[in-house]
Amino acid sequence: MISALLAQTTQQLGGPIPWLPPSASTIANEVDWLMEAITWLTVFFTVLILGLMVYFVIKYRHTPGRKPEATVGHSTVLELTWTIIPTIIVVVIFFYGFRGYLNMIVVPPNTYEITAKGYMWGWAFTYPNGHTSPNLHVPAGVPVRIVLTSDDVIHALYIPALRLQKMNMPGRYNRIWFETKFVGDPLTPTADGKPYTEQHMIYCNMYCGTKHSEMLAQLIVHRPEDFLKWLEEDSDVGKQIRDGKITPLQHGMNIYGQRGCAQCHSIDGTKGTGPTWKDAFGHEGVFTTGEKYLQDENYIRESILYPDKHVVAGYGNVMPSYRGQLKDVDIDAVIVYMKSLSKYWTGGDPTLGFKLPEPPAAPK
Amino acid sequence: MSAITPNQVIPVPQHPPGGNYLNHSRGIMSWLLTVDHKRIGIMYLIGVMASFALGGFFAVMLRTELFAPAPLFFSDKTKAWDFYNQMFSLHGAVMVFLFIIPAVPAILGNFVLPLQLGAKDVAFPRLNLMSFYCWIGGAIFFVFVLAGGIVNMMLPELKGSLAQFGLAWLIQPGLDTGWTFYTPYSSSKSASGVVPATLGAFILGFSSILTAVNFMATIHMLRPKNMGWFDMPLFLWALYGTALIQILATPVLAITLLLLAAERTLGVGIFDPALGGDPVLFQHFFWFYSHPAVYIMILPSMGIISEVIAVHSRKHIFGYTFIAFSSVAIALLGFLVWGHHMFVSGQSSLANAVFSLLTFSVAIPSAIKVFNWVSTLYKGDVRLSTAMIYALGFIVLFTFGGLTGLFLGAVATDVHLTATYFIVAHFHYVMVGSVLFALLAGFYHWWPKMFGVQTNVMWGNIAAAVVFIGFNLTFFIQFIAGSLGMPRRYATYPEKFTIFHEVSTIGAYVMAVGLILALGNLVHSLLRGTPAAANPWGGNSLEWHCASPPPHDNFAKTPETSDPYDYHRWEEQADGSWVQIPEDPQRSKTAH
Repeated sequence: MISALLAQTTQQLGGPIPWLPPSASTIANEVDWLMEAITWLTVFFTVLILGLMVYFVIKYRHTPGRKPEATVGHSTVLELTWTIIPTIIVVVIFFYGFRGYLNMIVVPPNTYEITAKGYMWGWAFTYPNGHTSPNLHVPAGVPVRIVLTSDDVIHALYIPALRLQKMNMPGRYNRIWFETKFVGDPLTPTADGKPYTEQHMIYCNMYCGTKHSEMLAQLIVHRPEDFLKWLEEDSDVGKQIRDGKITPLQHGMNIYGQRGCAQCHSIDGTKGTGPTWKDAFGHEGVFTTGEKYLQDENYIRESILYPDKHVVAGYGNVMPSYRGQLKDVDIDAVIVYMKSLSKYWTGGDPTLGFKLPEPPAAPK
Repeated sequence: MSAITPNQVIPVPQHPPGGNYLNHSRGIMSWLLTVDHKRIGIMYLIGVMASFALGGFFAVMLRTELFAPAPLFFSDKTKAWDFYNQMFSLHGAVMVFLFIIPAVPAILGNFVLPLQLGAKDVAFPRLNLMSFYCWIGGAIFFVFVLAGGIVNMMLPELKGSLAQFGLAWLIQPGLDTGWTFYTPYSSSKSASGVVPATLGAFILGFSSILTAVNFMATIHMLRPKNMGWFDMPLFLWALYGTALIQILATPVLAITLLLLAAERTLGVGIFDPALGGDPVLFQHFFWFYSHPAVYIMILPSMGIISEVIAVHSRKHIFGYTFIAFSSVAIALLGFLVWGHHMFVSGQSSLANAVFSLLTFSVAIPSAIKVFNWVSTLYKGDVRLSTAMIYALGFIVLFTFGGLTGLFLGAVATDVHLTATYFIVAHFHYVMVGSVLFALLAGFYHWWPKMFGVQTNVMWGNIAAAVVFIGFNLTFFIQFIAGSLGMPRRYATYPEKFTIFHEVSTIGAYVMAVGLILALGNLVHSLLRGTPAAANPWGGNSLEWHCASPPPHDNFAKTPETSDPYDYHRWEEQADGSWVQIPEDPQRSKTAH
């Protein structure tokens, strides 16, 4: 039963080589080849050494009256042999390992550039048009260059399907590049009619505190002809709202879930790293200085852009600023969401989209 | 077995019957203020193994949390993940600083080294006691941090209330930075007891350094007249190489941790970029010690294996000179490879190339040792004592763990595997599968000498098998999980990884049972073991030339030295003990 579960798991997680993920980048094949080569080497030497060990232990085990046989106590020939051969092997492994690394480091011309910022605890990928998304969308078959950074502590962008990772170092930039390829057939029609994409896991791979293990994202590989269309649509939230594709409330909920608010602010009243949003909007509170405040639109905006200006009593000054990361349409949507969560908001119901009341029936 | 008449047996020098180091003086102060290396070794045994139990407790807790992706110990995710982060950090810190670095040198090194030299004690017995109290001092800081963690968990408002009186520092809530203390999380973000934990490690460092100074001086100065460097048992070569590393590397950690504490308390900008510092600098400083540290862990373990394999196959160790030089080579080369922990930090390609190539170079002397040990078994007379079972287990697990290092030394594959469960599996294979197995081999090998009792072979071997099975169940599957992308230090994980964690957690429980059996068996022998002979295994290094347990000053007169691996003068008796017979001029010596 365990082996069946293991087989199922490696099927879900693995690619053509069951203990490695599917290879979704052009560099992955080179890495996989080296992984396999070293695996066979490991198997060979393990079997050799252990086999000899077990054989000797059995063949030369003590039986009453037995004495050890006379042999030489050393052999320079053997020592040199088992020094020189492993040395040659490891130099070869070093060569392929470093060559593969150079292919990861040397960036080809004409890359598409995306910035990946890690923060406690989420990801913000910024595209050349200034749009920021919590997931990494890329066009297949195009070399993409990622500039990694962090505003707080060290994170690491890890995408197993690409066989790539690098640390997001605060105070400096690191860079990686890759070219994705489809694992399946991009001409496959999709169930919901939306353009074909493939998704791969992105993990934070440098311990960064409480929610390190929830700092996940998706790498979404688009067909090149679909990518710019996705970017244009995703960038223009205003248009999405105007076209009725999304309501401000839904957008606010998305921001809450995808841009890091959920990590610290609950929506059910639980005290977290930050104050809960339940019954918050429209309510009075106290700052650490003892000053009273009202949670209105101005306060929300200030908290998002200048969080260190005022800190609520009972909490620490730990909220990162979203200056440059959330646009006005995003902040407005968050405000709408917070209104929907608070019993102190007595205005129109955001869940109904602020519908105008029905005009009275015309008299007959 | 030839018939030996009593007057042909060369008697072991004896002190007054029953007089040994254990009953030489009575009372707790005669232990706490002892300068007897054997008593100091026993005190270390108690402290270090208690730390092992504590570190093991944290391991069981974290593996239990990981059995399923959903939070277990707390329903609130924030609390659950914070708790998990404490568990893995404390597991690492306690195991590395309080257990695995001191274990072999402080326990077995202290006990056996002077005996193997035919000496009365180490060169600086009082310094030896001071080393022990440095260990205790470091341990106290860790206990303080642990107590703070427990108090903070049960009374979370207490720290805030104490702040009014300026006493918030009394509650230091555990440690949640990982044992590696990476900045800026540890210097600027963590609310845990980073400062006392680092100060504890700082003090523990002196235990390590002073023991090393003592051992080096002892090996240089207290060898008997006709024991040259190449007449020493290999355990001493191993301890010498270890001492080299301890003296040269530990001060770097000490300074690094002081700098971290300074940054955290005084806001000095050394490592935090927000204060103008460099986080990569911390990694260089930290790993400059912590990589050689792993050779502090493995070198003395390899020394034990050389002794156990030779004695228990009744055969001269194969390739003595190569093993001796390999010990020194590993010690020196180990200083040149620290950057392989930083391949994805953004350091230059040149740095990556140099560190990768040098990392592979360190693999070669280790491989040489493994080949020599296996060759020692060839045409031997192999006895499967519990010590030998652990030593053979060591060879299996060290071979495998070492080979998985090849994946990690190659830069391209390391980029995919670093910071995943593959790394966790690799270092547990070499730290637990190797160092712990060697320590247990050493315990079972020298226990009769230390306490004058035999251990129960059946239970010892059953326990060894259970530990071996449990260990592999826990960690082998982690190689695959890591290769499929499972990151380390994760409190939760995508559902698809669940089976890996279930198997690993069950393995951890099996291993825990095995370890309780193995260690319980040793304790049981203290209460009910049959008395041991001076030489229960027929070894020829000098510790077997005195009574079991040894007298207070070890040897009535300096024993006659001979090749420590020459066993042909020892004859096995019907009761399993060994006695020395005189040299037979007509008997041909085993060539070596």
